[in-house]
Formats: sequence, C-alpha cells, structure tokens
Amino acid sequence: MTIMEERQAEIGRPRPRKEDARLITGRSRYTDNITLPGMLHLAMVRSPLARARITGIDTSAAASAPGVVQVLTGADLAAEQGSMPNAWPITPEQKTPPHPAVAVDTVNFAGEIVAVVIARSAAAARDASELIDVDYEDLPVVTDLATAARDEEVIHPDLGTNRSATWVFDSAQAGTGGDVEEALANSEVVIERTFTQQRLIPAFMEPRSTVVDPTGEQITMWSATQIPHVLRVMLALTLGVPESKLRVIAPDVGGGFGGKLQVTPEEVITLLAARRVGKPCKYTETRSETMMGAHHGRDQLQTLRLGANRDGTVTGLDVRLLADMGAYLGLITSGIPILGAFMYNGIYKFSAYRFECTNVFTNKVWTDAYRGAGRPEATFAIERMMDELATELGMDPIEVRRKNWIAHEEFPFTTVASLEYDSGNYEAATDKALELFDYEGLRAEQRRRRESGDPVQLGIGVSTFTEMCGLAPSRVLGALDYGAGGWEYAQVRVLPTGNVEVVTGVSPHGQGHVTAWSQIVADRLGVPFENVEVLYGDTQVAQRGMDTYGSRSLAVGGMAVVAATDKVVEKAKQVAAHMLEAATEDIEFSGGQFSVRGTDQGVSFNDVALATFAAHDLPDGFEPSLDSDATFDPENFSFPHGTHLAAMEVDTETGQVRVHKYVCVDDVGHVINPLIVDGQVHGGLAQGIAQALFEEAIYDESGTLLTGSFTEYLVPSAPDLPEFTVDRTYTPATTNVLGVKGVGEAGTIASTPAIVNGILDAIRHLGVEDVPMPCSPSRVWNAIQQARTSGQQAPEPEVAP
Amino acid sequence: MASRTQTISLTVDGVRYTDDVEPRLLLVQYLREVLGKTGTVVGCDTTNCGACTVLVDGRGIKSCTMLAVEADGHEVTTIEGLSANGELHPLQRAFNTCHALQCGFCTPGMIMQSASLLADNPDPSEEEVRHGLEGNLCRCTGYQNIVAAVRQAAAETAGHASSPASGSEATQ
Repeated sequence: MTIMEERQAEIGRPRPRKEDARLITGRSRYTDNITLPGMLHLAMVRSPLARARITGIDTSAAASAPGVVQVLTGADLAAEQGSMPNAWPITPEQKTPPHPAVAVDTVNFAGEIVAVVIARSAAAARDASELIDVDYEDLPVVTDLATAARDEEVIHPDLGTNRSATWVFDSAQAGTGGDVEEALANSEVVIERTFTQQRLIPAFMEPRSTVVDPTGEQITMWSATQIPHVLRVMLALTLGVPESKLRVIAPDVGGGFGGKLQVTPEEVITLLAARRVGKPCKYTETRSETMMGAHHGRDQLQTLRLGANRDGTVTGLDVRLLADMGAYLGLITSGIPILGAFMYNGIYKFSAYRFECTNVFTNKVWTDAYRGAGRPEATFAIERMMDELATELGMDPIEVRRKNWIAHEEFPFTTVASLEYDSGNYEAATDKALELFDYEGLRAEQRRRRESGDPVQLGIGVSTFTEMCGLAPSRVLGALDYGAGGWEYAQVRVLPTGNVEVVTGVSPHGQGHVTAWSQIVADRLGVPFENVEVLYGDTQVAQRGMDTYGSRSLAVGGMAVVAATDKVVEKAKQVAAHMLEAATEDIEFSGGQFSVRGTDQGVSFNDVALATFAAHDLPDGFEPSLDSDATFDPENFSFPHGTHLAAMEVDTETGQVRVHKYVCVDDVGHVINPLIVDGQVHGGLAQGIAQALFEEAIYDESGTLLTGSFTEYLVPSAPDLPEFTVDRTYTPATTNVLGVKGVGEAGTIASTPAIVNGILDAIRHLGVEDVPMPCSPSRVWNAIQQARTSGQQAPEPEVAP
Repeated sequence: MASRTQTISLTVDGVRYTDDVEPRLLLVQYLREVLGKTGTVVGCDTTNCGACTVLVDGRGIKSCTMLAVEADGHEVTTIEGLSANGELHPLQRAFNTCHALQCGFCTPGMIMQSASLLADNPDPSEEEVRHGLEGNLCRCTGYQNIVAAVRQAAAETAGHASSPASGSEATQ
C-alpha cells in the first residue's frame, strides 16, 4: 500500500477525443442508420403554398400504390395529434395559434405537412406521396415582418392580430437604472439606427431523422435531437401518452446549433404512425425538407437609440424589436428575443436602458433557437452602435469601448439589465487581442492604402462581447415564465474493478462531453482517463436531464458530475477508514489513494471499489454502494467574454470582401480541454462570419423559400474562411467550483459585428454608412456606388480612423 | 414493387458483391441499404455537401450522384474500408489528433475526399487543401483543424512514419 506516483492532471490537457474512434471509421450510430425488423418508412406531403385553405385531399391513388401501408391526413390525426408545444409563453396574454403536426384546415407556410404516406420502403413512400392530390384555396400571404405587424392581413384570424406578444424591460421600473427617455433627452449625442437580423437556417449536416418502435412495453423513439429528455416530457404532454411509457434516445446526432432544440411535427407524426400500424416506422427528411420545414433562426428588425456625452460616455440605450415568429410558435420561439434582452448593454456600464420586443406572425416556417439565440442579435446591435458612436465622436473604436466597459476591479457588477456579472477582465482580453493583431501596424497599413487610393481598402472591425450562458438558474427561468427549470443531473457509478460509469443528463452532438467528463472524473477520483465511461442520450440510461443548448453542458452538467463524484469520495472515505481502522475524519484522498493523515498507510480507489462490491466487511449500517447522483442548479448564469478583431479587405471596384486577419481572445474561464475549446471557437466563428457575409434565408412575396438547398443557401466551405488566430485569457467563473463559463456560442456571437464593423471601416470614408447582412459583393458594391453617386463624401475625422 | 432490375458486380472495401438493383438506385443507397455500410452518410440532395464521398477506383466521388449501376465493375472504397490490417489510415489518425471533427457527420466524406486530394497532391499547401475540399461542407469545425489534419497526414505519409506527429496523443 504505497502512494501512487504523481499523476498528470487531466483537466487542462489537450486530449484528442474518445468519441472519434468510431466516427473516423464509419461506425457511427446516426438515427438514419437504424434498421429494425419489419420497419416501415414515411414520406411527407408538404404544402407548396405559404397560406391556403385545404379544400380537399385525394389519397386514393397513393393508398393503392405498390408498397403503401397507409396514408394519413390531418383529418385522420386531428383527434390525437394535439398542438405542437410552446414552452415559453413570454406574457400571460401571449397569443398562441393552434399548431397541428399535420395541417387540418389551413396551411400557413410553404413546407407545412398536409399528408403522410407509410410504406414498405422509403422509395415507395416517396413515389406514392407524389400521387396525393391536394386542393388548395389561396389565401393572402404576408411574409414581411413590418407589414405583418401592421395587421392589414391577419394570418390567424381567430387571434385577431399578428402580434403574438409584447415584452418590455425598463431599467427605471426594475430599479437597475434611470429612465431612458430622460437620459436621451439629456445626452449630447443621440444616435438612432435600424439593423436587420436576417433569417438564417441552422444547417446542421445531419438531416433530421426519427425512428419509433411501438412494439415493446414502451414506445421507443430514436431521434436526431439535442433534447431527448425535454422531448419525452413534451410528447407525453402533447399526445397524452404516459411519460413512463415513452423512451427517447438521441444516438449520434450530426450537429444541432439550436436547430435540433425542438419538438417537431415529424417526431409526433412518426410516433402516431408507428402506433397506428403497430410496426417500427422511420422518417428521414431530405435536405430540401430540412431547409423549408425545420425551424430557422434570427429574423429581427432592431431599432436602437443610443445617447452619449461628447467624451464618449454612453448615457442610455433604447431598443425596439420586431421579431419574426414565422407561422407558429415552436418550443421556445417566443423566448428567443427575450434571451437577448439582457445583453444589449454588452460589457458596458449604461445608466439607463429600455427594451421592448413585439413578436409577430408571418407566413414563413417558425423561427427558434439558432447558435447564440437572441444574444448574437443583441451583441451585433450594441457593437455596431459603439462603432457608430466612435465615428460620430471621431474616437478610436477601442477607446470608446474602454470608456464604457466594466473595469475588472468592479466585479461582481450588477448591470442595467439586472444581471450580476460575477467576473471578467475586459482590459486583459482586449490588450492581448490588440497585441496579437498588431492593431497599430494594421492601422498604419489602412492609412497607407487610403492615402494611395488603393482599390482594395482595409478596414478594422472591433467587437467585444459577453453572454449569459450556463442556462440556467431555475428561479430565473421561472421569473421569465419559461416552462421548466435549468438544473442538470449526473450519476457516477463505481464498478467492482474500479472502472467508473458517468451518466450525464446533457446530450452531446459534437461537443466532446465524453472526453471532457472523463477528464473531470479522472482528476477527481484519481482513476485513469481510459477507465471512465460516459453514458448519455437515452432516457432509460440518463433518467433525468435537461439536455444540451445555451452553452450549459459544462457549467451546469459538468458541475452535476463534480457534485456526484464528491459524494462518491465521501462514501468511499468511510469504507477506506474502516479498511484502515481509522476515523473517517482522518482519511485524506488524493491521486486515487485514500490514506490516513500523517501515516504512510493507504488503500487505493480500486481496493475500496472491490471491498464495497464484496460487502463482506463494511462499516455498520453502510449501504454497500459508492454510486451517487446529483442534481445541480446554478446560482447564476456564467459570463464568458472576449475581444474579436477582424481586418477586412474590400475591393472597391468589385465589392469583393476578404478576411485579411482574424484574431480573437476569449475568456471562458478555466478550460478542461483546450483542443475542444479551440474547436468550438473555430466553428462558432465560421457561423458568425457566415451571417455577416454569406447566409440568408430568402422568401419571395408568395412565401416560397428561394434558398431551399445548399445551392442557394451559402454555407461557407473551406476556401471561404481564413485561418483564425485564437487565444484566451483566464478569469475563472466564481459561481461554480470548476471556474468554467461555457464556449459553445462565443465565436458566433462576437464575429458577426466584428466582420461588419471591419467592412464599414474600410469604406466609410467613401460615404458608406451601412451595408445590410449578408454583406455580399453586390451589396457592398451597390453601397459604394450609391455613396459615390449621392456625392456624400464623409468629412475626414480628426482622429483616426 | 415490380420494377425492372439490373445485375451489378463490384468490389466494395475489398469484398466482391453481385446484386440485382433498380436502375434508379443511387450508389449511396446501395452502400447503406443493400450492403449495410452506414458509415457513408447522406447530407443533402443536391451534390453540395460531400458527406457521402467515397473512392471509386481511387478517385473521390459523391456517391449520391452516381447510380449503383454506374459502379458496376468498379472498385469502391468507403470510410469503413480505409484502415488496413487493424491500422488506422494516416488521415484517420490526423483527424483525431487535430480535433478535425465534432459531430462527425461530414467526417466520412471529408476523410475520403482528403484521401483523393492527397493521391493527386501528396504535399498540398493550406490553400490547396482548402480548395481541394471545396465540395465538402462542415458546419462544426470552421475547417481550420481539418486543414491542419490533412497537412499532418501528408507530412506523416511523406515521412513514412507510422505514429502520430510528436506532441499529440492518440485516442484510446
């Protein structure tokens, strides 16, 4: 019984992922890979019209087509399908239209499901679906957000309006700041701007797929979802199936980004179809169906007024939003803009703030969570406004931010939006970013190109950000009328050999939780990384959980793992004390070894595990198990932050835009696995840059989605993106013992405004004041031409830029 | 489902198969549904995403855009047949050590296209890797680590080393 050799800490180590072994060899378990005996296949018939009354459906030809088992319409399912759930009614008065999985009387967006074919093969189902004849009576279509808000045509007549709800935060009422109108009236400068957050498509690479097996005692559903636990509860509530009779499994899931944070009509339909025919059923959508039928993100119209004094001090901010819900309210559609409400003040100290958002229906697929969910919109708006202020005052954009941000010695800091930021060091992150970027050098290069009239101008885009993540303290969610809590669950099971099974309630779909959780548990129990197995994504394995979204998995789910391992250690100490004939208080645990304080006597974790399993000689009354579980409810959100700098080249003759250099310094607190964290930042940057430069879901006036495939919807490929310089500062979160903050959304939030600010900085001297996103070459070129023809040469500011 | 079928004979991952298939059956459907080789996945229906990329006679082909009958008489390699003698292919190792995958859905196609790229150009620059993978979409990684992995695999192959680059740790 000797003390083990000093072991290398796992936390902080760039471990390649355990998850990869099967994914790089094709042994993946995506839902569409599942085949069950006797399995039938579904195909959906979707409305080509954005708004219409269904006057007749002829299914006879399809029903008698080869291989077809059954055809279902909305009328067939009306009595059992219920209404798709909305878990976040943001006000008691919120107007929520009925949302059938299969349309019954009317359709309200192009792509809505009107009939379902069940057949022996996917091909037979698809063939037969083309034989279904639906008669529609056209109804007027409203796709434009501002038009819809005017209620000239009401999409859901029973609601009497297209306005679903209006939600307000006012710092004067909340007691966190002054009255914004008063503040603006007393400001030396007031800047008003309107920004469009274009509609985006999450575009996870794995199309959604669901398999339902109704043949056992329980109905088992496999689904490409981020939220197996939430899905199970919601299916039970929506369909009246006893929750205990439902088992939901999220096997390998090919990306989500919020797009699989949903309870979908397709899941409901597959379950109902399987129950009807008594056979396993599978539905896998085509990419075209994903684009038109899976929820979109963003789509907001933002109007901001920012007041400031001439020295750059911001005095108040007023935000008014119109948020496009689309045709229905999905799981948290209505709450997405509200997640942004607390973030418009960014990292800054504003003394007055008011936010008002009106949620509006249009004839488009509904919006819902997409990476960042409300917070990228808020960050974009405030970071664009800070640049506008800098321009107005002739200040450097870094200086105007420095003037207003919360200094590191001021933490914890209660913001004007009522959040308590526990920690941060904006100075450190910014200084590091400026140095890595060579800010002064690039400013000199910018001056050189400007003076020489270089056709390719250079601009420097600045963005800072913070976000509330680690969703979320349950009490706060309750105060916001969200339908559930924000805790997370974990269980740690010790096997007789000393191997450890960790059950987690979060549901990874690319984030590397298996590896990161293994590192945490290896350190806390002193067991080898390889000896930890992480189990998840099945409601019968991980019996409790709140799943994965909102950069919550580590800050909340990881903390549940920590709490459960701590309980294991407490139990194991009692056994070790008994084995060593010592008092429990005298037992120390380090590096997998229990020892008696002040002696060289000890037993290993494995010895204790085996002794507990055998249970031959345990302390009196000791329950023979080390297994422990824990549910962790965070006391606060976590607040990662960072400073992102983008050097943008704009070809003034063609409008072509290129990222010349991108540097970001993020502070996500302590890092469990730097390899994984860098990867999260890279991917986030790609999606944020894509919003700035490439992506937009476009509907025509008739409500047809024009960007219905990857041919038109421009997800960037490798040559479209630069090599990023990614670095970090480390200011640990003070609200969890791991000191972690979350990183999943960081890159997406900060990069969009950095890119757009950079483009404008390159061409503002030509008179360009704004370029709407995505800043395509044609838009940039047009903005330059317009500025030139209107002859509005902006006066040279006194101070660079 | 009485539809005309056609007999094809081909080699997939070193094994000879003869099957009767519908003429409209895509190669990727043949791989997944007939042979059960679900390692090759389908990400789109417009030949944009490249998730289904396999090698046909050593060349990267999007298997959603080739009919099974067109593969008659050819040699197909999927992600499931890339490693040999229980040894991972250098690209597979490099994708692991460089963290070039997250959700893993694009990975089979990305690795197979990279294999095709390296067959043409054993020592590609960053720029050449990015352009060589232009037809393969990844939504998770921002491509940075994929580019690094391809270059690491290229370096390893050139150096005839069989272990991952120094300083990195292979997965268990």
